[in-house]
Order: sequence, then structure tokens, then C-alpha cells
Amino acid sequence: MIVADRKPIEEIIGEIKDKKNILILGCNECVTVCEAGGKKEVGVLASALRMNFLKQGREVKIDENTLQRQCDHEYLEEIRDEIDQYDAVVSLACGVGVQFMAEKYFELPIYPGVNTCFMGATEERGVWTERCQGCGQCMLARTGGLCPVSRCAKRLFNGPCGGSTQGKCEVGKETDCIWQLIVEQLKVLGQMDNYEEISPIKDWSTDRAGGPRKVVREDLQQ
Amino acid sequence: MRLQYPTSIKIIRVPCTGKVDLLHILRAFEKGADGVYVVGCLEGDCHFNNGNFRARKRVEQAQKILNTVGIEGERAQMYNLSSSEGPRFAEYAVEMDERIRKLGPNPVKHAKRKAA
Repeated sequence: MIVADRKPIEEIIGEIKDKKNILILGCNECVTVCEAGGKKEVGVLASALRMNFLKQGREVKIDENTLQRQCDHEYLEEIRDEIDQYDAVVSLACGVGVQFMAEKYFELPIYPGVNTCFMGATEERGVWTERCQGCGQCMLARTGGLCPVSRCAKRLFNGPCGGSTQGKCEVGKETDCIWQLIVEQLKVLGQMDNYEEISPIKDWSTDRAGGPRKVVREDLQQ
Repeated sequence: MRLQYPTSIKIIRVPCTGKVDLLHILRAFEKGADGVYVVGCLEGDCHFNNGNFRARKRVEQAQKILNTVGIEGERAQMYNLSSSEGPRFAEYAVEMDERIRKLGPNPVKHAKRKAA
């Protein structure tokens, strides 16, 4: 999922301080799972903002809504009829949702309510770690299912480097050396032949180096 | 025991303090409560293992949010006692009542009345 973290409330207050009708819009997908932008977080933020404005003696209308997704036209269309009454929206979706909102309702300022962090997994409640950078050419088949693009600080394809000490990365002692884990995993799988093979230079044109990316599926297009 | 405690306190019963959500605390302040305190079992004695620890964390979260929006965070508190400690319950009630009286009314309530 896409992992996001809550933005400091002070920062959000700073962005919307002059507004009078505000919609706090959550998303029921990834940001709900990582407890940053779901229905509950919408409620908490809306409550905090209401108290903030009341204390300043200002009457500001703050409404709450949470859509199934903010990265699909059909769900964003659900608020088409109500959106005109607001002069700002704080979207608690990931950066994708915020942008899709901003594109669809372009006459309205949309403010992000979370900091979108990475594509990752829930290690345990309250701990999320990065697993994928969407490089566009998955090489997990050769590395025992563990990704050196997202989990090696140097993005090495023929690791480990000299900075690997007792299974840890030189960048931080809490970070596992992914190449250590890859070698261990390949041993378990009996695929050490994969490790012996030198990886060719990766084509980074499918990564961010090639600019904004697009997936087109003609078989699905209408 | 017939113990006395301040009449300003309204008790809301929950099956376990782990049931108390951050939103419950915030909404109470939003609606005008001058203070909110959660009374849980002693730490380590939770019937559901960690309900009271969860409650403590949520109270701390509420304190942080309240401070951010300019309301004294100490208006939200967490206390622990065992179910047989009636006198301590009354003590906590007095302590909380005094704390809130020193702070004065919830500023949100004041602003709300003005607006109405």
C-alpha cells in the first residue's frame, strides 16, 4: 500500500487559516490502513480544526467526508453536487488522491493533509517499512523476492558493498543489509546460481529518470 | 462508604478504558466539556491486557492536539486505580475538579456561547 504519515495540525491550520467553508476529505484505502487519512483521522482533524477556529472566535464550517478512493473518477464524482459550497478541501488521501482532486475540481484549492511517504508494508501496528519504488522493471525473480532497488541505500544490483557489517547497512545500524538477506534467501531457495550471475546495467528509463510514467493497456481501453 | 466527590463530574461508563477513543475525548471538548479524565485499572492489571495502556496513549494524543489548538492539554488526564479503591476514586475526582477550576472554563465553550 501507499504509506503516509499525518501532517502536523499547525501546518494544516496555517494553510487554511483564511477559509470559511472547509471539507476534510478522507480516503478509505491505503491511508486508512496506515491510520493517516481514514474516516477516523478525518474526524480527529475536523474536531481539532473546529476547536481551533472556535477559540479564535471565528465561525468556520468544517465538514467531514470519506470516499472509497480519491484516485478514481467514479468515487470523486460522488461529491460533485456538494463541492461548490466549500472554499477549500483538505484531502487526507495520498499525493495521488490530492492531485486527482485538484485536477477534477480545479477551481477549488486542495490542501494535502498527510505526508505521502512510500510504498510499503505494515511490519506491526504503528510501524511501516518501504518495500517498492515502482522502478518499472521488477527484478525480484532473481533476488529471492527481496528488492535491492528499494531496500539497498545504494540501489546495488551486485551487492553487498563493503559497508555491510554483520548483516547491517552502514547507513544505519537498524537497517538490514538487504544483500545479506538476499544471499541468505537464495541459499534457502537453492538459487545461489542467480547470485553468481552478474546483473547487467539496469535500464532506468522506466524509473523516474524517464520523467512521469504512464501505463497504457489497449486491451482494457474503451 | 458514602464518599463525596464533586458534583461537576459526570461519569460515562465503558467496559474497559481501551474502549475510549481519541475522538470521544476530542468531541467532549468540542461540545464544551471543561475537562476529561479517564480512570482505568492499575497498569499491569488490565482484564484485557493492555486496554489501560491504550487509553493512556490516547489521552496523551488528545493532550498534544489540545495544546496545538490552544487549549490546555492538562484538561485531559489519565488516572489508574483498582476497582476496590473507592476513596482514591473520590480523591482523583477532587484533584481533577481543582485542576480544572484553576484553569477556568473550556475556551471553546466560551467562544461557542459568544457565537450563539
